Amino acid sequence: MKALVFDKAYISCCAAVGGALEKRGPLGNMFDITAEDSYFGTGSWEQAESEMSRLSVNMLLKKASLAEKDIDVLLGGDLLNQCTATGFAANSLPVPYLGLYNACATAAEALLLGASLVSGGHAEKAVAAVSSHFCSSERQFRFPLEYGSQRPPYSQNTVTGAGAFLLERSGSVRVTRALIGKVTEKGVTDANNMGAAMAPAAAQTLTDFLELTGERMENYDAVVTGDLGREGSALLAKLLESGGVASADALDDCGLIVYGPECRGVNAGGSGCGCSACVLATYFWQKLCKKEIRRMLFVGTGALLSPRTVMQKQVIPCIAHLVELESI
Amino acid sequence: MNYLYAFLSGGAICLLAQILVDKTKLTPAKILVLYVCTGVFLGACGVYAPFVRFAGAGATVPLTGFGYTLFSGVKEAVETQGLTGCLTGGLTASSAGISAAIIFAALWALLFKSRDKNI
Amino acid sequence: MDKNSYLKLASKREKTSPCLKNCLFAFLSGGAVCLLGQAMKDLYALLGAEEKTAYSLVAVTLVFAAGLCTGLGFYDKAARVCGAGLFVPITGFSNAVASPAIEARCEGAVTGVGSEIFKIAGPVIVYGNIASVIYGVIYYIYLCFAG
Repeated sequence: MKALVFDKAYISCCAAVGGALEKRGPLGNMFDITAEDSYFGTGSWEQAESEMSRLSVNMLLKKASLAEKDIDVLLGGDLLNQCTATGFAANSLPVPYLGLYNACATAAEALLLGASLVSGGHAEKAVAAVSSHFCSSERQFRFPLEYGSQRPPYSQNTVTGAGAFLLERSGSVRVTRALIGKVTEKGVTDANNMGAAMAPAAAQTLTDFLELTGERMENYDAVVTGDLGREGSALLAKLLESGGVASADALDDCGLIVYGPECRGVNAGGSGCGCSACVLATYFWQKLCKKEIRRMLFVGTGALLSPRTVMQKQVIPCIAHLVELESI
Repeated sequence: MNYLYAFLSGGAICLLAQILVDKTKLTPAKILVLYVCTGVFLGACGVYAPFVRFAGAGATVPLTGFGYTLFSGVKEAVETQGLTGCLTGGLTASSAGISAAIIFAALWALLFKSRDKNI
Repeated sequence: MDKNSYLKLASKREKTSPCLKNCLFAFLSGGAVCLLGQAMKDLYALLGAEEKTAYSLVAVTLVFAAGLCTGLGFYDKAARVCGAGLFVPITGFSNAVASPAIEARCEGAVTGVGSEIFKIAGPVIVYGNIASVIYGVIYYIYLCFAG
């Protein structure tokens, strides 16, 4: 195992699309596009997510004043079966496309692959695009939307949002290093407590990276996990502590940022591919650009389950990928 | 008085289910299956019929009442038709509720579109 | 940290549901639905329906009302608060049939609505039926010996 070191890879631009609930959250006015209509003008939740993904890429191209033909590769994914949201979005673009799936860690996965392609000279301009939609995820992973169910207070709310990033050989935020995570689990089988399932993966990747590079938590202005929520974040701090890593104040979580730390009405916070992508593309992007954050670690966390594996009472294998970012 | 008994009995049955939801990891689907089977069982034990006389809708409206309907249908059919009654009695007695649920659900599917419950 | 101590730590800090509050709402809402049912039953009886028919009509009316509320988007919001108070009564059965049906309309009348309609409520009918058939067989054998 070794950390990836990028010679020249930068995020030069990003775009974020959010749903109605996200619009009302603390990041509401940082999104490029927000929609009151959760259907995004389409006829089904699956199409809505796809449209959202397409909007985020189009917005990115507009902001960067690029045309579709300028893009060498689109790397992206979502939570739907067969990654249809991103696949269908890519169909309407059209650009060379690689579909990815690492559950909610897909944003980090797309960024590290994009950075590798750009830094290695295989692509001039790569786009990483990730999305998730509350309604399509409820349908696929839980119950029909109109079904009256109570969710436990440790469960998380899938973010309706899409984030797109442009990776180039120059730009304002540098992708310096990355670490591809290993799939880990610590025996958690309850799909309602994703935070607890994913925290060990985040701890593993983070400790591995610090060990490999000799860095310390204090060297970063922010160490941000993808979507551990209230439960997972607290467990991560405990895991790091027991592993001898001082968990500094730098530790934060996109799932707690997207709806605010009180998580009003969303139980233990946000989750989904779109969660980490949106928060990075809005909140952290602004902080990086203003140089309020100079160096940060972005640790995307994903639970690699399906409704079937949950019903079979199998343990939830989880993954975390790490990307190191520096403002220039 | 009937109304008070209906309210208290129905409420108590729901309260018991809520305790199961909160204190165990049983999913609602499993609790409902448990309730229907309990209704059949209590009917067979001869407990549910007097309970229905006492609580009225408080006993028939919760899902245990659905189990009791299945039970009483089978009982009656076995008495009149013999062994075939086992197969015909339950669904015959409960057909009104089941058919209504199907017919109306199809109607709702025509009329309504699913909504984002977060807003 | 090994698996066992991690699982212990995770379940220890897991925020539990507000059981007392949930139970109160479940009791009140479940009771209210049954009270409504009782009032309807008396009304149908007053209109001349015999007892058994009146109870069937109550079930049908509640199924209709709950389905309508499901379609209008009220039912799931109320059930978030009321919990078992709204899924244990027959209204919950109606909600469990109507909600997948409404959602599946995008996939067509047969492959969508038709096949998804009993996705959640199916097990109730399956196991209720199995239990009642088992009872019927036992009762039949009993009648053979007793009669």
